[in-house]
Amino acid sequence: MSVRIKDYPGREVAIEELKERYVAKEYKAVLRYAWSSGVAIGSFLDGLKRGIILGRRCNKCRRILVPPRMYCEQCFRKTDSWVRVKDTGEVKTFSISYVNVDASRRREPIIVAVVELDGASKDVGILHILGEVKPEKVRIGMHVKAVWKKEEERKGAITDILYFKPR
Amino acid sequence: MRKVAVIGAGMTLFRRRMMETGRELSFEATRMALDSAGMEMKEVEGVVMGSAPDAFDGVHMKGEYLLEGAGGINRPYTRVFVGGATGVFVPISAWWHVASGLFDTCLAVAEEKMSPFLPHPQYAFWTIFDHTLERPLGVNLLWIFSLEMRRYMEVHGIREEDIALVSVKNKGNALDHPCSQVAARITVDDVMKSEPICLPVKRLDVSPTSDGAAAVILASEDVAKKYTDEPVWIDGVGWNVDTQYWTNRDLYYPEYLEKAARMAYKMARIENPRKQLDFAEVYDPFDYKELHHLEGLLLAEKGKAAEMTKEGITQRDGDFPVNPSGGLLGVGNPIAAAGMMKVCEVFWQLRGEAGKRQVKKEVKRGLAQAWGDLLQIGTVITMRR
Ligand SMILES: [Zn+2]
Repeated sequence: MSVRIKDYPGREVAIEELKERYVAKEYKAVLRYAWSSGVAIGSFLDGLKRGIILGRRCNKCRRILVPPRMYCEQCFRKTDSWVRVKDTGEVKTFSISYVNVDASRRREPIIVAVVELDGASKDVGILHILGEVKPEKVRIGMHVKAVWKKEEERKGAITDILYFKPR
Repeated sequence: MRKVAVIGAGMTLFRRRMMETGRELSFEATRMALDSAGMEMKEVEGVVMGSAPDAFDGVHMKGEYLLEGAGGINRPYTRVFVGGATGVFVPISAWWHVASGLFDTCLAVAEEKMSPFLPHPQYAFWTIFDHTLERPLGVNLLWIFSLEMRRYMEVHGIREEDIALVSVKNKGNALDHPCSQVAARITVDDVMKSEPICLPVKRLDVSPTSDGAAAVILASEDVAKKYTDEPVWIDGVGWNVDTQYWTNRDLYYPEYLEKAARMAYKMARIENPRKQLDFAEVYDPFDYKELHHLEGLLLAEKGKAAEMTKEGITQRDGDFPVNPSGGLLGVGNPIAAAGMMKVCEVFWQLRGEAGKRQVKKEVKRGLAQAWGDLLQIGTVITMRR
């Protein structure tokens, strides 16, 4: 606001008013895509199907990247080899979420976390969900282990890991 | 590079849902900026437009859609986009158009209309995440903010109550802003008792979704002096982007923001930002972000921004006012327009035109900053009288 300006434009409306008088049509988009998982994540997903977590090593900076990339974004060169990291790790940070993806409320909260996997480099973590633990018991630094879907139910997806639980 | 001045600014009301279309909002903010500069559109050589993801409006090619309202027809016109950091990136982009000598005048407009998206604009953010590894988990933007907030609190041992002070301050400051959407006099207790969203984030820790627009007009030195005796100079700009793999970084500190700030400070010849700047409009979509950003901007030592807030230093009458406008927490958060609102505020503060919001001490230099994408970009602008 400037003291030189007296009037600020704009008129607020309520959604009800809009629906009654102004919106011609609600449009529901159904957009379908077929995404390529890519070279690196493709192998990572194959690994999940087999019950293992794969990373890529860069021999120059010696980092092990999870999720894996075929390139090292720091050295800007090709990464060198596949490395199997453990399905255990440490909670780097966590949140107790009462909202769904569309901002609607959840009856029971879900606990989400960044898990730094054992065998990956420092600060290299993945996003996942925590289970078999009460929200008030979760701590940063807590040791956790992946709980996998049964082998025959795995699809080669991040959800092949159901959640991480305290170990 | 040539000197570049801001010579006019304008904005609309920020509200949850506006009657005006995005074009109409852009027009209103632009027209006000032109009027405040005493200018007509025909005197503007180039236009830079900013708006966040197209998904909000359900209109692709949003830059083109907004074109007319932003005065962009039949002139060099560009839309720039860097997520939530767009609002400050628009004037940065307009700045290089003029600093390079390409144009003598350039208009910078930022607009956001989040309200069309149903049931809630938050859902649109789902599409910014990794489609293979993150979306299947049901990720939303609130998750990642709260993960960052928790990490920040843990590393420095900061309490939620100390962070809540930012929300109390900014919502209070916004009571004096005529465009504000969620100004309020609240207490730390109100924040602590507000509805849990993604703990540690609670309802009053977070800014609202909004519609609105804001604009500034930039001019080269010669041209600026024809229009005004009180140009406000842009003397530093900086921006920096880190990896989209946000789980591969320690979120407690925004390294990329420090890099962006250092770029701007170097250009502005600022060696001690806390001493050489008089106030700042830092990006505050959540209360902890103000603290996080003060540290990244080197305006507070790592882990010390909460103390600075507690001591009252960042109050409007404090030694280093932060977000005298009321920020996103108080004025509202129409994404791109929110960052631009901060640039407008620095302009008005430096001209002594901020009325009831005018900071108590005399101000000669200020900073505006925005931030966004997946916790990965900082945009910084420094301005002086
Ligand atoms: Zn490397």
